[in-house]
Amino acid sequence: MEFIINLSYIVASVLFILGIKMLGSADTARKGNRLSAVGMLLAVVVTLLESGLDYPWIVVGLLLGGAAGMVWAKRVQMTGMPELVALFNGFGGLASLLVGWAEYAREKDFAGSEYQTFTAFAVIFAILVGGITFTGSLVAYLKLSGKMSGSAMTFPGQKAINAVVFVTLVVVGTIFIVTHAGWALYVIIVLALALGVLGVIPIGGGDMPVVISFLNSFSGIAASAAGFVIFNNVLIVAGCLVGASGIILTVIMCKAMNRTLGNVLFGSFGAAAGKSAAVEGEMKAISTQDAFFILEAAQSVVFVPGYGMAVAQAQHAVKELGSLLESNGAEVRYAIHPVAGRMPGHMNVLLAEADVPYEQLCEMDDINAIIETVDVAIIIGANDVVNPAAAEDEGSPIYGMPIINAYKARTVFALKRGKGAGFSGLENSLFFRDNTRMIYGDAKETMTGLVAQFKG
Amino acid sequence: MELILLIFVFVLAAFLGFELIQKVPSQLHTPLMSGSNAISGITMVGAILAIRSTDGELGMWLGFVALILATINVVGGYLVTDRMLAMFKKKGK
Repeated sequence: MEFIINLSYIVASVLFILGIKMLGSADTARKGNRLSAVGMLLAVVVTLLESGLDYPWIVVGLLLGGAAGMVWAKRVQMTGMPELVALFNGFGGLASLLVGWAEYAREKDFAGSEYQTFTAFAVIFAILVGGITFTGSLVAYLKLSGKMSGSAMTFPGQKAINAVVFVTLVVVGTIFIVTHAGWALYVIIVLALALGVLGVIPIGGGDMPVVISFLNSFSGIAASAAGFVIFNNVLIVAGCLVGASGIILTVIMCKAMNRTLGNVLFGSFGAAAGKSAAVEGEMKAISTQDAFFILEAAQSVVFVPGYGMAVAQAQHAVKELGSLLESNGAEVRYAIHPVAGRMPGHMNVLLAEADVPYEQLCEMDDINAIIETVDVAIIIGANDVVNPAAAEDEGSPIYGMPIINAYKARTVFALKRGKGAGFSGLENSLFFRDNTRMIYGDAKETMTGLVAQFKG
Repeated sequence: MELILLIFVFVLAAFLGFELIQKVPSQLHTPLMSGSNAISGITMVGAILAIRSTDGELGMWLGFVALILATINVVGGYLVTDRMLAMFKKKGK
């Protein structure tokens, strides 16, 4: 039986590998996801063949978890996707923490294991990474869903506290590995949970794509560590695959912001700002009616969506305006910055929900190559990803970050709720340029207004 | 020896994971993340193995809670990813 179970674990691992690989390309992504789901099903089913299991509880657990997951997945709005992914991720982390803890509760001295010291180390590692993943994801969830302020929260002595927590972890962790004392385990659990909170609260909303993909990678590492606790190869392989491929995505996100991971996690953004050049000129507003006349004459229009579009839930109105412009003879495109929004690929998900044709979605480099020929660029709730300071102002904290060069378009419409700065607190000189006109108000209402003008 | 084998497998899996995806179109960033997130729910296998009534109360309860959480992660993760990819598909054709 043991042989059949392990053989099936190998098959499941292969399915995970193929699944992740296929998720990386548009034609095969859906099949890949299903393939990896089959792998998961196989792994779970053969595990049930192990002897000595308490089936009634397992069935109850599977049903409860399965029902909750199903309801959540069906009900979620596409705009609520970032926080849901964060929440699921946190659950995975907590589960790995509990698996590590359960193994300790089962065999206090790890006497049954040949490798007592190593197992004790693995238990701590699973609890530490799982705990950070859990509370870190929970804070990300609260920030993303607006239940907590999305801006970076800093307080004096923050770094000192983090350092103290970290040192305590190392000391208590060593004590646990040597003595296997219960109190040490509980201290580690509390500290791990605290570290997750402390680590994510100082990170601002605009850095969320990096944080989410990093926590995603972490949940894989936690699962892998849990695998070392119970000597289970499928946990080790699958967890490790997720951990490693998650790092790749994190690196892609960091590159899109021209920052290092360390800088995102530890260098509270914006604190160094202040030396950047003062913005001159004034913001010039325009009515939707005047905007309509310009749009009607435009041959080529590019939409640049940002987090503001998600907040206003404006994607359907945007798509409607896009279709109208198209039937009016204009070439319509959507320019997507890799870190626009709050999770990797956020804007793509929203625009796909609104049925925007795939061919009209352009990546940053493609749009920058033709931006000078664009008549109107419409910025919908995007800010830092179109801030020319990234290209021009060496004193700016975002200097060097690749942006969509919307300021090079002939005319720029910027939809914005008010006159305030973006999440990073930076003034955006784009809004003050001669070719920029501001359309104040809720993005969705503005869009609907423009649509009405076209129809009227 | 068994431990060395597992570490061996771990290291190879890490390299494989790094090589597996290189250039991902930004359209797929979210599905890739939520799909691999579902895979990290593999820890539900560990949770099932912890639910043994013979080994005392606490361990079993911890395993039970872990199983519920991991199953939400797995089932929710796969379904939500499939939903997103279905949207992409629809307009692709």
